[in-house]
Amino acid sequence: MIEPVIDVRDLTKVYQMGEVEVHALRGVSMQVMPGEMVAIMGPSGSGKSTLMNMLGCLDTPTSGEYYLEGAAVSDLNDQGLTSIRRHKVGFVFQTYNLLSRTSALANVEIPLIYGGVPRRQRRQRAIEALEMVGLGDRLHHQPNELSGGEQQRVAVARSLASEPAIILADEPTGNLDTRSGKEVMAVFQQLNRERGITVILVTHDPDIARHAQRIIWVRDGLVERAEQVGDRILADDSQGSEEDKGQAVAVAALDASGTFEEVAS
Amino acid sequence: MSRLLESFRIALRGLVANKVRAALTMLGIIIGVAAVIALVSIGEGFSAYVSGELEGLGTRTLFVWTNRDAANPQQLTTADAEALADPLACPGIEAVAPAYQQGATATYAGIETSPNVSGVTPEYLTVQSYDMKVGRFIEQDDVDHRGRVAVLGSTPASDLFPGSAYPIGETIRLNDVPFEVIGVMAEKGSTGPMDNDDVVLIPLTTAQTRLFTVDTVRGDYVVSSINVLVQSEDMLDSTIEDVSAVLRERHRIQPGDTDDFQVRNPSDMVETVTGITTTLTIFLGAIAAISLLVGGIGIMNIMLVSVTERTREIGLRKAVGAGKSDILWQFLIEAVVMSLIGGLLGIGLGTAISQIAGSALDMQTVVSVNSVGLAFGFSAAVGVFFGIYPAMRAANLHPIDALRYE
Ligand SMILES: Nc1ncnc2c1ncn2[C@@H]1O[C@H](COP(=O)(O)OP(=O)(O)OP(=O)(O)O)[C@@H](O)[C@H]1O
Ligand SMILES: [Mg+2]
Repeated sequence: MIEPVIDVRDLTKVYQMGEVEVHALRGVSMQVMPGEMVAIMGPSGSGKSTLMNMLGCLDTPTSGEYYLEGAAVSDLNDQGLTSIRRHKVGFVFQTYNLLSRTSALANVEIPLIYGGVPRRQRRQRAIEALEMVGLGDRLHHQPNELSGGEQQRVAVARSLASEPAIILADEPTGNLDTRSGKEVMAVFQQLNRERGITVILVTHDPDIARHAQRIIWVRDGLVERAEQVGDRILADDSQGSEEDKGQAVAVAALDASGTFEEVAS
Repeated sequence: MSRLLESFRIALRGLVANKVRAALTMLGIIIGVAAVIALVSIGEGFSAYVSGELEGLGTRTLFVWTNRDAANPQQLTTADAEALADPLACPGIEAVAPAYQQGATATYAGIETSPNVSGVTPEYLTVQSYDMKVGRFIEQDDVDHRGRVAVLGSTPASDLFPGSAYPIGETIRLNDVPFEVIGVMAEKGSTGPMDNDDVVLIPLTTAQTRLFTVDTVRGDYVVSSINVLVQSEDMLDSTIEDVSAVLRERHRIQPGDTDDFQVRNPSDMVETVTGITTTLTIFLGAIAAISLLVGGIGIMNIMLVSVTERTREIGLRKAVGAGKSDILWQFLIEAVVMSLIGGLLGIGLGTAISQIAGSALDMQTVVSVNSVGLAFGFSAAVGVFFGIYPAMRAANLHPIDALRYE
C-alpha cells in the first residue's frame, strides 16, 4: 500500500483579529499521493492560501494533524521545519515574494545556497530553472525591471530549482496570459512526470486546473469535493498519455479505498 | 565553514544591493567615532599644553611681591631679599632672586625695540630656569661693580641683531645708556600672558642706580619682586611661613594686621588653570558623547526603518530553507562589516581633524587609545545590537508572519 505524501486531518486555522475570530480553515482533511498532481480551486477567501502555507510548513495550524511523508509535522522543532523547507518543499507564493534589488538569477539561487549546493552548480541550476520558465534572457533583471508575469515565473523557477519532492504553487499562473500559463503548466507536468515530483497548485482558472490529475474544491474553509480530471490537458502534447493512464488507474484505486471525502463520479 | 562563507557572501551582497542604507548606517558610526576622537584629543592636547606651560614656571618657585591692597604697604627691598637668603631664618630656601623690572627703549644700529628690562642677580638664571644660548650670564662681580652689561632674551636679540650679526661684545643703548652685550638666552616661550623672551637683563644694582630712578626704603633700594627657589616641593609650605615671618618682622607688621606682601606658589595657579582645562575637557567630552548618541540614534533609525523590509526578507529566506543561524550570521556579519568600515573611516576622520586642529592651534594633540576604544566600541555595539536584535526577532517568527510583517 502506498503511503500518502501529504495527509491532513481536520486542519483548522483561526486568525484572531482583536475581538473577531476569522475561521480561515474549519476542518480540512485531504490526502495527496506521491507523484500526484493536484489542483485546488475555490472562491476568493475560501482558505486556499492558508492551507498552502500549512502544507509548506510556513505557518502552524490552530488544530488538526498534518503528516508529511508519514511524520507528524507538529512534532518537529525549528530545525526539522527548516529541513523540510530546505529539502522537501518548493513554494510559489501568490505574491511572488522576490528579493528586491536582487537579480532574477540571484533570487533563484537563494534556496540552493541554503540547500548547500556548491557555487558553480548552483548557478548552472538556477539558469536552467529560469530557462525552463522562458526567462533565459532575463537572468540579470531585478524584480522591478521585470513584468508581473515575469516576476511570477521567477518565483516558479525558484521553487523548482532545488528539485524538491513537493512543489506547492499558489496561483502560479494568476498573472500570465494563456500561452505563458500553459508553458508553466508544461514545466510542472514535465517535472511531475519525469521526476515524480508531487505538485499541488491553486488556481482560479478551470483550464489550468485541468492540467492536474485531480481537483480539490475548497469553500469556506472546508473541502467541498474532490474529483478526478476526466479529460486532462497535457500542455506538452507529445507522448505521456500512456503514463497518464497508469497514474489515473493508481488514483482510481485510491478512490476505491475511500480515502477522499467526496469523489465525483 | 562554507556555510559561514556563504553567510559572508550573502551579507556583502546585501550591503552592495542596499548601498544607501549601508552608507547612512556607516555615516552614523563615522560621525560618532570621529567626533569623540577629535574632541577628546583636542581637549587632552589643550590641557597638556596648558600644564606644560605652567610646568615652565617651576613648582619649586615662590613669588613674593608687594600686596597693594594692604594699608600703607612697605615696598620690598634688596635688604629684604638678603634677609630671606639667611639660611637660619629660612632653612628651606635654595636661592633668592630679587628683580627690579621696568620697560625701556633698547637701540642698536638704528633699530629700536621696547623690551622689559630687569635688574637681576646671578641667581635669577636658576630661579627662572633660563638657559644661555651664547655668552655668559650676569655674575656677582657685575652686581658688585654696577657693571653696564646686558643679557638679551631671544626676542630683542633677534630684533636688534637680525641675520647673522653676532651680538656678544656689541654695545646697545638702554634709554640712551650704553651697555655691553655679554650673553643671549635661549628661547623659553611664554607663561600665560608673560612673554619670557622679550626681556633684557642687567645687574640689579645697575638698574637701581644707573638706569632707572628707584625709591629707597630706609636706605635700601626697592625691588619689584623677589623670586625664591625652594629646596624641595615638600618644603614649600614651611618656607612660605618662614618667608612671611621674616618679612612681617622686617616690615614691623603687628600681629593681627594683614601682610603688606604676597607669597605665591605657581602650583596654586596650576591648580586653578587645571581646574579650568578639566572643565573644558569634560565639556568637549560631553559634546563628543552627544555626537556619539546622535550617531547611535542615526544608526538605530536606519536599522529600524528598514526593519519591515528586512523582516520580509528574513521571512522569504526562511521560507526557502534558511535556518535561524543562517539568518543571524548574515545579519551579524552585515553589522560587523558596517561597524568596522564605519569605525575605521571614523578613526581616520577623527585623527585628521585632531591633527588639523592641533596644527591650527599650535599644540600637540594625541589621539588616545581610550577614546578610540570607547567610540568604536559604542558605535559598533549600537550597530550590532540594532542590526541583530530585529533580525533575531524576525528569525523567530513563522516565515508567513515575517512575510506579512508591516
Ligand atoms: N493573517 C490573517 N489575519 C486575519 N485573517 C486572515 C489572515 N490571512 C487570511 N485571512 C482570512 O482568511 C481567509 C482565507 O484567506 P486565504 O488567503 O487563505 O484565501 P484564499 O482562498 O487564498 O483567497 P484568494 O483566492 O483571494 O487568494 C480570508 O477571509 C482572509 O481574510
Ligand atoms: Mg490566496
